[in-house]
Amino acid sequence: MPADRDGSPASPAGRHPLRNLWRLRHYLRPYAAEFSWLMLAGLAATGAGISVPLVAQRVVDGPVARQEPAGLVRLAGLALLLGLVEALLIFVRRWVQSSSSMAIEAAIRDDVYAHLQRLAPSFHDRWQSGQLLSRITSDLSVIRRFLSFGLFFLVLNLVTYLVVVALLIRLHTVLGLVVAGSAIPLFVITRRFARAYHTASRRMQDQQGDVATLVEETAQGLRTMKAYGRGPELTARFATSARTLHDTGVGKGRLLARTSAKLDLVPNLVLGLVLVAGAAAAARGALSIGELVAFISLQLMLTWPVQGLGWIIANGQEAATAADRVREVLDTPPAILDAPHAVTLTRAEVTGRLRFEGVTFRYPGTARAVLRGIDLTVEPGETLALVGATGCGKSTLLSLVPRLHDVTEGRVTLDGHDLRDLRLSSLRRVVGVAFEEPTLFSMSVWENLTLGRPEATEEEVRATLALAQADFAYDLPWGLATRVGEQGLSLSGGQRQRLALARAVLSRPALLVLDDPLSALDVHTEALVEAALKRVLGDTTALLVVHRPSTIALADRVALLDAGRIVAVGTHSELLAGVPAYRAVLSAEPPPPVSAAGPAPDGRGLVRS
Amino acid sequence: MTANADDLTRWRGVAVEPDADRSRAEDTDPEAVSRLRSLSRVLLRDLLRPHRRQLGVAVALLLGQNAAAMAGPYLVMLGIDRAIDPLRADDYRPLAAVAAAFVAASAVEYAARRGFLTVSARIGQAVLLDLRQRVYAQFLRLPVAFHERYTSGRMVSRLTSDLDSIGELAGGGLDSLVLAALSVLSVAGILLWLDLPLAAVTLLAFPFLFALSRWFARASAAAYRRTRETIALVIVHFVESMRGIRAVQAFRREPRNQQIFAAVSDDYRRASLTAFRLIATYSPGIKVIGNVTVAAVLCYGGWRVLHGATELGVLAAFLLYLRRFFEPMQELSQFYNSLQSATAALEKLAGVLDERPGVPEPARPVPLPAVPHPGGVAFRSVTFGYRPDAPILTDLDLIVPAGQTVALIGPTGAGKSTIAKLLARFHDPVAGTVTLDGVDLRDLADADLRRAVVLVTQETHLFGGTVAENIRFGRPSADDAAVQAAARAIGAHDFIAALPDGYATQVHRRGGRLSAGQRQLVAFARAFLADPAVLILDEATSSLDVPTERAVQRALGTILADRTALVIAHRLSTVEIADRVLVLDAGRVVEDGSPERLAGAGGRYAALHRQWRDSLL
Repeated sequence: MPADRDGSPASPAGRHPLRNLWRLRHYLRPYAAEFSWLMLAGLAATGAGISVPLVAQRVVDGPVARQEPAGLVRLAGLALLLGLVEALLIFVRRWVQSSSSMAIEAAIRDDVYAHLQRLAPSFHDRWQSGQLLSRITSDLSVIRRFLSFGLFFLVLNLVTYLVVVALLIRLHTVLGLVVAGSAIPLFVITRRFARAYHTASRRMQDQQGDVATLVEETAQGLRTMKAYGRGPELTARFATSARTLHDTGVGKGRLLARTSAKLDLVPNLVLGLVLVAGAAAAARGALSIGELVAFISLQLMLTWPVQGLGWIIANGQEAATAADRVREVLDTPPAILDAPHAVTLTRAEVTGRLRFEGVTFRYPGTARAVLRGIDLTVEPGETLALVGATGCGKSTLLSLVPRLHDVTEGRVTLDGHDLRDLRLSSLRRVVGVAFEEPTLFSMSVWENLTLGRPEATEEEVRATLALAQADFAYDLPWGLATRVGEQGLSLSGGQRQRLALARAVLSRPALLVLDDPLSALDVHTEALVEAALKRVLGDTTALLVVHRPSTIALADRVALLDAGRIVAVGTHSELLAGVPAYRAVLSAEPPPPVSAAGPAPDGRGLVRS
Repeated sequence: MTANADDLTRWRGVAVEPDADRSRAEDTDPEAVSRLRSLSRVLLRDLLRPHRRQLGVAVALLLGQNAAAMAGPYLVMLGIDRAIDPLRADDYRPLAAVAAAFVAASAVEYAARRGFLTVSARIGQAVLLDLRQRVYAQFLRLPVAFHERYTSGRMVSRLTSDLDSIGELAGGGLDSLVLAALSVLSVAGILLWLDLPLAAVTLLAFPFLFALSRWFARASAAAYRRTRETIALVIVHFVESMRGIRAVQAFRREPRNQQIFAAVSDDYRRASLTAFRLIATYSPGIKVIGNVTVAAVLCYGGWRVLHGATELGVLAAFLLYLRRFFEPMQELSQFYNSLQSATAALEKLAGVLDERPGVPEPARPVPLPAVPHPGGVAFRSVTFGYRPDAPILTDLDLIVPAGQTVALIGPTGAGKSTIAKLLARFHDPVAGTVTLDGVDLRDLADADLRRAVVLVTQETHLFGGTVAENIRFGRPSADDAAVQAAARAIGAHDFIAALPDGYATQVHRRGGRLSAGQRQLVAFARAFLADPAVLILDEATSSLDVPTERAVQRALGTILADRTALVIAHRLSTVEIADRVLVLDAGRVVEDGSPERLAGAGGRYAALHRQWRDSLL
């Protein structure tokens, strides 16, 4: 299935392909000085490497021709020295560089992660985590390889090329210029290659993201897959994606093969040319044989810089497209941010009056309003229950309170402050949430519980666990130090829900937002939790989503939500008496015959009746 | 390092099963490590086997390329030694011959190189594809128990990062590796042929090269193994925090998460650094050996020329060949590095592939008998526990006749879900048997079992794709009409029809836009479409509002009429449609009877029932 990329800003045509790579340069800045002297070391190493054939020429022309054994030893010693210096410089460069390039990679990775944590849930709804994952793993390592290897060798190889060509021209002008002329076909070849490879590498990276997405999804839906025995179907679906990736890989390989062979051919042909012309010159006496040998061996030094060009450009293009992909994430502005003059609220200041004023909400990129014209006030200390049929917008309404989404129209206020004028961190400190799907992380029970209040004491944790009927946590193999969550012990739905409830309560919120907090509990446990919750809710403003009449007992007032609108507000008994739709949405009794004749057996149809 | 590690263990807590993150083949003792190495070697051979012919072609091309490349310096030598003198006598033929040979050699080299790179890329990608599919299929085969231990993040890591690092090698390393080895051998041959004593001096470098490479191979294998393990932790943490982003943000977990991420990412950085520093030592080490050899050849060769023992051209060729000798060695050291990284990854994958499914497919599957009323279920003396020291069920006997709807009731931990999972064969019992129509589940082919038994849980997973595709997951062959009929039957049609694109609406990431209740309805429709003989519902209606639940219930009344059903629910409303109620406590059946009878019997069910009636309107 194709990846959903509607969250990615389309890259406008005509922008320079390396632009985004260039924009990552500030990560390189702390290492700029280091990088330049390492570059010098690299150049010096190359210089030392180049000198060795020159020394060899001296040997051939000097001591050997003049029959001087002493000079031979001296020059061989020089070659040895140069060789050792070259190796030492390479060692220093690589040693130092490996640490800076890894540090750069880690810095970008941390920044991308930090940014992703700031992006609102609506972003994460749109972006599959596989696509995000491939960005922080394979894309970043491509960029790291370019910074530590590609970029360096690009510069080094160019400089080597220029120096060697200059030396060749000095050795023999005409032959040297012949070699210099080979730059023209090389340029044409690499340019064409760079363009084609750019497209291919972007395609490949996106497809890698698609594969990662499929894998992630399979991992998530593993039980469902097992329950239906749909392994063959998923395998077939995966095979399609994997094959697409394979085809792109083969295409890339073909492209690289073609270019790489051409980059081999050009210097070879030039070498042949030099040999012929050089031999002719030597025959005329315009060139000593030693000079010709030196010329050719120097020219052979160009083989690697030219051959390597193919890989370096490939690497550079991959880094460029990887940088594009990383930038797509980093350039997405967080939709939910602190306003410039955001106010900090402390827990003590909050009285807890929560108002929804003319709130309309649409999920970004959709036309349908999920909530329409919501006006609702929850007084300080009051517990308000939201009741309504499946899919009527209750959970969405709750998500507005901790600002997981921002309203499309209207406003939500806490003690008169528009939520958008509050510091996000201070708002979320005073709001405690338990979602309908209790999220536990692969961490100790303790860490999971104290998510919202790391400073909680042992006593507080114990009290909260008792309240949520979650004392079972102490009986886990390692007590509260036991790792739970996906990577740890698997807990039942009811156990997870109780821990999530304890977590919400433990943060001592001024405003408690609970989404169907007791749905997975049995009647007996539910009654116990309810009794305890009632005590907590006494002085806390609370907004609950509730499906069962039993849980409604917790609420002072109830609001009935239907298709994104509030249709009635009042106490449970008032609504029960005066609003038939309310009775219908809670009642276990079959609806009266009139509505039973309605076409839809689902909840909404019943509410409308 | 230790401060970091301490911090990590504290937040992560203590895993119940130590080393849960490893596959069984992946223990840490030296014996297991060497076993894994040999496993990965076997795997590699196995992966390459289908490409033997292509590999042969690749090697032939490589030899051609190598021969052509090697001809270059030899032709240069010929040109210098044999063509210049005739040239002085105006004889152009030797030079023309050399030039022609040179052009021919270049052309051969071009064609062979291009051919080789194309073929090897094709082999590499094919191997990668094969491996990717094998590992994926293996993950699907492995039982739920394995995945609970191994976790999704690590599975993702194996199938992405590990395969990527093997792909890197397939993308353009293998050739340099083979080419370097070849050119080393052929250069050595040519050198020996050119001048034996001088070649002997050169070959003195071999033991040093060998020793250095051996050191590197050992040290880097360990280092890269460590990078594979640390990147997996990065991926696990990343995937998990992105998945739980709502909770992360609502509880202002970001700073702590950032700390943890920085810590795991730093461990990875450190592990990679160790590996990179090894190569930073190895590669210049090769260079030192090469340069010392060049100096020695220069000295000794010059001396030999001085004494007329060899020709100048030979010395020149020698020096050129030495370059051809050590430059590929240099490249080799680069790609040796990728090879080590890929090998470490391959070991991890070999470990996964070696994992034996704990719930294996039968070697000789028994077909389900054709009975008039299929779906009879029996648990006979079943004992089961997730950990050996904590049995959940002991000696459970339970017979559910075909067509009966049974409700399972009891407190958390009583074993209700465990019974459901055993019947769906997510696990096999430790002792005793679970049978379907008299056939042990362990003897049933997976396809037969899944057609007959479907488990719907409270956690409903929607796959990427449309709503219709998600329902069709229950029966892939179903047409649109059947999909809609299933949705209608379960009462999901109206809300689906109201979605922006109706049944064609993309459910996005993990069904982002559907509410929990709506997802449950889709899951119900899926199960309905699957039309199994035995349906297991584990808290499958917990997120539904009362009227919807009632509608589902009504639908269930007809759906379950001719099927065996096991219903687990805290809401006793679901129980009312049951023919029989089982109250479980600590893995034992404590009450068993029809709901009417138990409600009046004054036991636990009666108490719960009363409580529940009271909670209703």
